Amino acid sequence: MAFLSGARVEARRVADKRAEGLAAWEQVYTVLTHPRCINCHTATNYPQQGDERRRHFANVVRGPDGRGVPALNCAGCHQKANADSTGVPGGPDWHLAPLSMRWQDENDRPLPSAAVCQQVTDPKRNGQMSAQALLKHNAEAELVLWAWEPGRRPDGSERATPPLTHAEFVAATRRWVEAGTPCPSVK
Amino acid sequence: MAKYQLNVNGERREVSVDPSTPLLWVLREDLKMTGTKFGCGVSACGACTVHVAGVATRSCVLPVALLGERPVVTIEAMANDPVGRAVQDAWVERDVVQCGYCQSGQIMSAVALLKQTPKPSDVNIDESLGGNLCRCATYVRIREAVHLAAQKLK
Repeated sequence: MAFLSGARVEARRVADKRAEGLAAWEQVYTVLTHPRCINCHTATNYPQQGDERRRHFANVVRGPDGRGVPALNCAGCHQKANADSTGVPGGPDWHLAPLSMRWQDENDRPLPSAAVCQQVTDPKRNGQMSAQALLKHNAEAELVLWAWEPGRRPDGSERATPPLTHAEFVAATRRWVEAGTPCPSVK
Repeated sequence: MAKYQLNVNGERREVSVDPSTPLLWVLREDLKMTGTKFGCGVSACGACTVHVAGVATRSCVLPVALLGERPVVTIEAMANDPVGRAVQDAWVERDVVQCGYCQSGQIMSAVALLKQTPKPSDVNIDESLGGNLCRCATYVRIREAVHLAAQKLK
């Protein structure tokens, strides 16, 4: 009986940990699908822009390495820092995420939480990142950090930031990683 | 106001301007290099295209403070650039220009394309010059001239 009770306690502990991890993931998911992040994690041949996630103007296309094409490179407008006087956002090595890291479908609709989670945790599709590397990426990557300092729009207003602070985002990522990066079941 | 040492077409130029001043206006107003045109001011038309460290760049949205040490090349230098010369010759041969306002930007983009893609396809040309607008709709002749310049550069 004591053994069964111990097993039950352990099963409960594992279930609680998973539930905590899944709750943390859902917080992470709200950030990943925010326009500041998902606009460059498209499934198409173009980036998006704006909170309404419209197609990038000027016929900008992805190009072979996600940095545009000759004469229409991302870096032709997006500098290493925001240009608040002209309203053009910028950050180091501005580029699109590769198609393996898409978080949308081909109709520009965000993928469900389970699908994004599976992408993020699949080394074949996430750039060979381990769970700890994911945590480090979310905590330190310069283009991730940009989402919380996105600069001003051409009209001078401030761009919207993700629903969590960066500290909250990192804390949620850490709880999710410490829970073993659980993903929701595919419905 | 702040002082900036710029490298424009291989020459050192000093300007004293507000850090937020777009490179386009430094070129046109301070350096009196008016070959680069103002079209939209929001990087949507390509008329202001110059090369910054070899990258075709919309100078209307590049604050001079973000330029750093990167060299700038403008339309004024194209006659002395082998690819630029070939593109200009092709432009004349195909009689590309109508009103001409957008053409310095078109040529700067065409040169940037040919330097990275010496034998561009129609798709390459359409994608690379897709951000350069021409209200006279000279697009068909532009495409022909880019192909002609590529042939001349073989």
